[in-house]
Amino acid sequence: MSQQFPKVSIASENSVIVYFSDRPCSQTSSIIAHTAGQLKKTLSNCLIDLVPSYHSLLVIYNAIDVNYVEIEQAIFSSIGGDLSMVELATGRRIELPLYYSLESGPDLKRLAARAKLSIAEVISIHQQTEYTVFAMGFSPGFAYLGEVDPRISAPRLDTPRQQVAKGSVGIADRQTAIYPAQSPGGWNIIGLCPAPMFDLNKQPSTLVKPGDTVCFKAIDRMQFIQLGGLEVDLTGTDQ
Amino acid sequence: MSGFKVLSPGILSLIQDKGRFGFHDIGITSGGPFDSHAFNWANRLFDNKESAACLEILVGGLLLKSQTTTQLAVTGADVPIKINDQKAVTWQTHSVKPGDKIAIGYATAGCRAYLSVAGGIQAPLIFGSASTVIREQLGGLYKNGQPLQTGDILPCMPGKKTTLRSVPEQFRTQFDTDVTEVRLVPGYQYDQFSQAQLDQFFNSEYKIANNSDRMGYRLEGPAIKPPSRAMLSEGICLGAVQLPADGQPIILLCDRQTIGGYPKIGSVLSLDIAKLAQLMPGKRLQFTLIAIDQAQNLLRHCKQ
Repeated sequence: MSQQFPKVSIASENSVIVYFSDRPCSQTSSIIAHTAGQLKKTLSNCLIDLVPSYHSLLVIYNAIDVNYVEIEQAIFSSIGGDLSMVELATGRRIELPLYYSLESGPDLKRLAARAKLSIAEVISIHQQTEYTVFAMGFSPGFAYLGEVDPRISAPRLDTPRQQVAKGSVGIADRQTAIYPAQSPGGWNIIGLCPAPMFDLNKQPSTLVKPGDTVCFKAIDRMQFIQLGGLEVDLTGTDQ
Repeated sequence: MSGFKVLSPGILSLIQDKGRFGFHDIGITSGGPFDSHAFNWANRLFDNKESAACLEILVGGLLLKSQTTTQLAVTGADVPIKINDQKAVTWQTHSVKPGDKIAIGYATAGCRAYLSVAGGIQAPLIFGSASTVIREQLGGLYKNGQPLQTGDILPCMPGKKTTLRSVPEQFRTQFDTDVTEVRLVPGYQYDQFSQAQLDQFFNSEYKIANNSDRMGYRLEGPAIKPPSRAMLSEGICLGAVQLPADGQPIILLCDRQTIGGYPKIGSVLSLDIAKLAQLMPGKRLQFTLIAIDQAQNLLRHCKQ
């Protein structure tokens, strides 16, 4: 971690953004998750909300009670002097089942052809990486996972789909993600995950959080259905 | 619980409380009142809690029938109000009894009105808030982000008999400006914009474009060349002004996405976001700079 980080910049009348590095990596994500946890404790009532992302943490605070100078000092003192000393055990490791197939992954064939690989190779490479949850956004529970092996990275679709099925797993550049609900979307869909990524009635309501690591394990059609995958309309996706 | 039966929801009426906080890390946005000034006064008229839920009425057209004895008030936009065909005024409390019909007509100035009731609208909470965010399917009477519908009941408690109150004239929103001044706290990638681009930004008038809503106000005017440096997606706060590649600014508002990857020049002062809430597409605005110290002093001053 170089001397210029962490760097705190003003974002608005009641928020500052803390930058932790130049580029995302699993260590940066762990430090951000750790810092978010610390700030929740130390700032308590002055804290309104936190937005962790790839290499930054947005801190929204109550500007009636504290000013930006005080908040900056509080952030530095809760981070401590040496970021490299931060315990990196904050994130959990989560394994998610994934039904890779032509019926559940309408872009699998095209993505393989583009990468000059067989479909089996694409599936194998996608499972070999331990992904870091860099950020959550776009919609509740949508987790940006990275980084995808460059051999199977692919740009977003020229024209996004009107409807992507709930549980769809997509690739966009060097990121991969699971759609927590049916929504429009432009990522290359390679399969379906039967695990619910966002459930209002559960505590916590999301399966993963920023700073966690995720890996995928291939399942077949039968296992997919046994794991509750019936909720997804397989006939609705392109063959 | 009894309350007000919705005979017509109008153009778009949304339950809003102070907003949904503490869940940005899983991608859940804040929602909340677009015009927080009018919203706060609507609650203050009844000594409601700061977090009490009100109805945010876009333009108007709302028709309610009371099922209870209580008081209500409407603040924000200039809307004609009729209670049983009797004219009533905004920024003031009114008593209603079962069977009374309350009609909120279309705004003649401004575009967002706030209807409050004594004790607040008793809407259910989801992730700690009743605020309706349609895009996220969260909040509102059914917790699923649905705007108010005909046949809905706005639940509220019977109100205590109190004297009628009104908001002092000097705190009521003024609508007569031609070009609205919007104060911006420099922040985020401000230092990466060239001086020529900053001059252009602060010396130009911008028009509010048609596809503007609670998620963001899109502006039309002289294009601002964003810094060319590649950037990673990062947290977006209320009022952040982002500059996509086409150089037309977008002010991100209550229902904004929580993270985004476009450069941002800074963020609009919350007091001026309340002004934006009353500006329809086609209205013009001009940005001016306000230093962070001055902005925070102003916030504290206004709170007192």
